Amino acid sequence: MAEIKNYTINFGPQHPAAHGVLRLVLEMDGETVKRADPHIGLLHRATEKLAESKPYNQSIGYMDRLDYVSMMCNEHGYVMAIEKLLGVEVPVRAQYIRVMFDEITRILNHLLWLGCHALDIGAMTMFLYCFREREDLLDCYEAVSGARMHATYYRPGGVYRDLPDKMPKYKVSRWHNEKEVAKLNANRQGSLLDFIWDFTERFPQRIAEYETLLTDNRIWKQRTVGIGVVTPERALQLGFSGPMLRGSGIAWDLRKKQPYAVYDKLTFDIPIGTTGDCYDRYLVRVEELRQSNHLIQQCVKWLRENPGPVAVDNHKIIPPKRVEMKEKMESLIHHFKLFTEGFSIPPGEAYAAVEHPKGEFGVYLVSDGANKPYRLKIRAAGFPHLAALDEMVRDHMLADVVAIIGSQDIVFGEIDR
Amino acid sequence: MSDLQTLSSQIQDTLKEKIVSLNIACSELTIEIEGKNLLEICQILRDDPLFRFEMLMDLCGVDYLHYGLSEWTTFSATKTGFSRGVDAISAAPECASRFAVIYHLLSVSHNHRLRVRAFAVGDPPIIPSVMSIWNSASWYEREAFDLFGILFAEHPDLRRILTDYGFIGHPFRKDFPLIGNMEMRYSAAEERVVYEPVNISPRTLVPKTIRNDNRYSGDKS
Repeated sequence: MAEIKNYTINFGPQHPAAHGVLRLVLEMDGETVKRADPHIGLLHRATEKLAESKPYNQSIGYMDRLDYVSMMCNEHGYVMAIEKLLGVEVPVRAQYIRVMFDEITRILNHLLWLGCHALDIGAMTMFLYCFREREDLLDCYEAVSGARMHATYYRPGGVYRDLPDKMPKYKVSRWHNEKEVAKLNANRQGSLLDFIWDFTERFPQRIAEYETLLTDNRIWKQRTVGIGVVTPERALQLGFSGPMLRGSGIAWDLRKKQPYAVYDKLTFDIPIGTTGDCYDRYLVRVEELRQSNHLIQQCVKWLRENPGPVAVDNHKIIPPKRVEMKEKMESLIHHFKLFTEGFSIPPGEAYAAVEHPKGEFGVYLVSDGANKPYRLKIRAAGFPHLAALDEMVRDHMLADVVAIIGSQDIVFGEIDR
Repeated sequence: MSDLQTLSSQIQDTLKEKIVSLNIACSELTIEIEGKNLLEICQILRDDPLFRFEMLMDLCGVDYLHYGLSEWTTFSATKTGFSRGVDAISAAPECASRFAVIYHLLSVSHNHRLRVRAFAVGDPPIIPSVMSIWNSASWYEREAFDLFGILFAEHPDLRRILTDYGFIGHPFRKDFPLIGNMEMRYSAAEERVVYEPVNISPRTLVPKTIRNDNRYSGDKS
């Protein structure tokens, strides 16, 4: 009989199941993984160092590019850290808008995760279904900020502008005749809030559709039940957060435990798992889709009834209106100073954490009183999860590595920063 | 806020003179300790039923070399006029404690947070690894080593993590230029990737300006 030896295989960095640029060096014993050594940094752009060379506001756009599937949640963490140091109180309407878009972002993120994770394990249809719903939500991003992904919508002290009164509509083109366009525009007749409301009414049925495809699916269960089990004790030791921690049965959610923005005024539930395997993490995230939908509905109701300012009335931080700038000397000076020098933040340090779709996204900001951050550290939610990959995949089969990476919800934009 | 006061007095009572300084700002509690006491204190913070910081949420290095130095003086009058070109801060005073490691701890059972700062002393700066206390420290320490060159004693696998294979230097140090030292390109003539010194000069787009603004002079808690 031939002698059997362990061998090492290289997985990625150009592999569709590696979710970006993960290079994984796997030490195999037959089909079993004995050790996994993730090599990261292929997408390292030194965001934190770049931020040190720019005024505060110019780095908001970099936050979108960290975890590029949950853009506005990253921005939220960053502006919260700045607001904490400045001691600025954000208007309530801006906070509701932020919460609404945080939850839209959570749905966006979870849909991408669900589609890609299912595709990795062999369920093609999920991918198409999830992207169908993502399209509507990306249109909301576009309506409010002008960009479908990298929004740069949140500002220290509020948001860039109020919600638009009307949704952009499709126009007749070579590809769509009048009848088709009328159908496409049917739910775009009102404001952005009407469009979002329409989405939230449709969405629960869609989640039910996803669940009929996966939750009781025999193949899906074979691939996920009992795979990548993490006990609650290990989850704490390994610094897990978000659905990874909740999947292991620890009821920890910053939105409940350390509420920020207006989460303490809204009602929602925190789903938790029991066994801590890939299947539980799947169930937790699917339930989070429902909870987010419910949160969005509460925000839409509140926002419809309560107009008001969406940014603080402090031109040291928020630029004055353009009309004012043309007429008032002081506004002109404020505008000029803000866009050349930016604002300075009093010396000190702050750590602001938000419940990002992937876990705790923290921004640690050190200021020495200058117009640029002295040090900005981004606590990426996925970083400790990927660090634990070695422990999670040990003694699993090679195919399970894909399922485990999928259930960790890895995005390299934030891990490599 | 009262919780924070309770926690801070509990920490003071337990650790006593081992704390170099303690302060509360922006509703966050920060303690500074010496590197030599780090492991002992972390063990207490994790296991003492009063604290139970089961999680290390974040660990990062900070380089205090240019702290409080500006590229643009705001106090002198503009009689002489400002030039548009600004030199980056170059000469820095010798600072004894340049590199700090910041630990952000979280207690899930008591729902409180704590920031611990410890300076890494020596050249190269060295500090004990907290991997034995919180396993999640492993990659964070590799990152701080990679970016700042802080050594973590007893870390089993202190390799570079974010920078390229064969990278030289520690890019997040304040004396490391933003544009880097080496650039990489594909040379068609040699038919391979070549590394060369960078050929662009660093420039400052927006000078770093420190303003002692009277907006902030009021009491802030």
